[in-house]
Amino acid sequence: MGTTSFGQDIWAQFVHGLRSTFVTGLLGGGIAFVLGTAIGFVAGYKGGIVDEILNVLTNVVLVLPALVVLIVAVAYLDVRGLVVQALFIGLTSWPWAARAVRSQALSLATRDYVDLARLSGRRTWKIITTEIAPNMSSYLVMSFILLFGGAVLIAAGLDFIGLGPTGGVSLGLMLESSVQWSALQLGMWWWFVPPGAGITLLVGSMYILNVGLDEVFNPKLREL
Amino acid sequence: MWRYMGRKLGFYGLTFVIAVTINWMIPRFMPGDPVRSMLNRASISDPEALERMTTYYNEVFGLDTPLHQQYFAFWSGLFRGDLGVSVWLYPEPVTDIILRHIPYTLGLLIPAIVLSWIVGNHFGAFAARGKVLDNTLLPVGYILTATPYMWMALLLLWALGVVGGFFPTAGGYGFALTPSWSWPFFVNLVSHWFLPFLSMFVVGLGGWAIGMRNLIIYELEAEYSNYLQALGAPRRLIRRYAFRNAMLPQITGLAVQLGTIIAGALLTEIVFTYPGLGTLILRSLNNNDLFLLQGIFLFVVVGVLIANFIIDIIYVLVDPRTRVQMTGGAS
Repeated sequence: MGTTSFGQDIWAQFVHGLRSTFVTGLLGGGIAFVLGTAIGFVAGYKGGIVDEILNVLTNVVLVLPALVVLIVAVAYLDVRGLVVQALFIGLTSWPWAARAVRSQALSLATRDYVDLARLSGRRTWKIITTEIAPNMSSYLVMSFILLFGGAVLIAAGLDFIGLGPTGGVSLGLMLESSVQWSALQLGMWWWFVPPGAGITLLVGSMYILNVGLDEVFNPKLREL
Repeated sequence: MWRYMGRKLGFYGLTFVIAVTINWMIPRFMPGDPVRSMLNRASISDPEALERMTTYYNEVFGLDTPLHQQYFAFWSGLFRGDLGVSVWLYPEPVTDIILRHIPYTLGLLIPAIVLSWIVGNHFGAFAARGKVLDNTLLPVGYILTATPYMWMALLLLWALGVVGGFFPTAGGYGFALTPSWSWPFFVNLVSHWFLPFLSMFVVGLGGWAIGMRNLIIYELEAEYSNYLQALGAPRRLIRRYAFRNAMLPQITGLAVQLGTIIAGALLTEIVFTYPGLGTLILRSLNNNDLFLLQGIFLFVVVGVLIANFIIDIIYVLVDPRTRVQMTGGAS
């Protein structure tokens, strides 16, 4: 697939970069998923003042533009690693998942079987994990897929600005270096086309997978 | 209605306070010493100069006073419009630099957001439940939303700018021109503006079209659509009713997506070296200008909050139900 202007092999970079893209997606998306569902479940199940406080928190984080917060936070780090990047992404991208889970949990929390579990004296987290969560598992799977895609895109954006993992290789960093060493003006399309196509295909297939699952779980959306 | 607006304003005020607090906390509570790392990157060898610069920066950041005092000093500086002095363009205050670059970012963002929202919605509504269109719209739309902004910008720039040669490849206006209110300058400005605008427009389009398509399908299942259909109303009329109802969630969606779109604009600007906030962020990062970076952060947050408030007002104007609820009618 050609080389960069320093003679580095694009294909090798691409394959290796794909790994870090998956790691940030899984880790960042995973952290966001755990945070978002935990907050959503607690807010939706507990209700009342807990719900109010968590709701305000969710909305505040939702309104703040995640990437810009990340840029400022990451800029102060001297050495940036993959895990730290994923951690930061996870900490900022959970709110919409929390919102979606909350609204679902809210409607499930008033069901009879949940009341029964509550009467039998189960602990709150046990009710949430054994009674409520399984009933919206399809929803949870889909929100994890979307969070994964979102984390990959945000990570690519951060890498592109030059705040990627120091000394690492990722698809975003490939894009960054191609722009920095003016691959465009030199006509070296093989430098910047593959990494972007990789990200697009990965995230796009995630989204399409999501639609497929949606149609399986929700017959209303199917073509007539 | 005024109570609703008051509550919203209160919420945005709270968000602003939190954002400012985050902005204040990051340099102070992140692991490592920001002053030390700034000086390290400048690689000064003379120990005496290093000593003096450390004390200078500590003083500028106000790091030599107790924490609560630093916090209040930060706020009072904010209200005086004083965000510190840029390190990169040394004697110039941060506020001036940012204000000079904001018009470019806004000029790019507002048309791209509004047009892609309108066109995407109409296209999605048109394609819903149409056999061929629907089947092509879905994959194309999903791929478009999955495209990283900077990659779309790179592709367009390469295809239309470098290979095609139809548009200039960098900057906000030609190097040979000075900004003025003349016709040639305006034409030049538009030709530089068009490609970044186009790439943001195209990336945004897919998401809105898909959202609208799904909403229209839901609306067409609703009771009122079935009723209209049973009455024998023409297809177009039913569609129009469905469209109006489906618009409300899309307005809320616009508020939610705003952060992502702004981030996309910043990335797009970097590709085109368009003289907006995105390029400014890159420059301030490359020059270790953390004051400038934090100033940009505050401006972006304020912009997002204002835009959210405008969307709230539009929502109230468009949806009569919210007005009824606010004046105390039955919910």
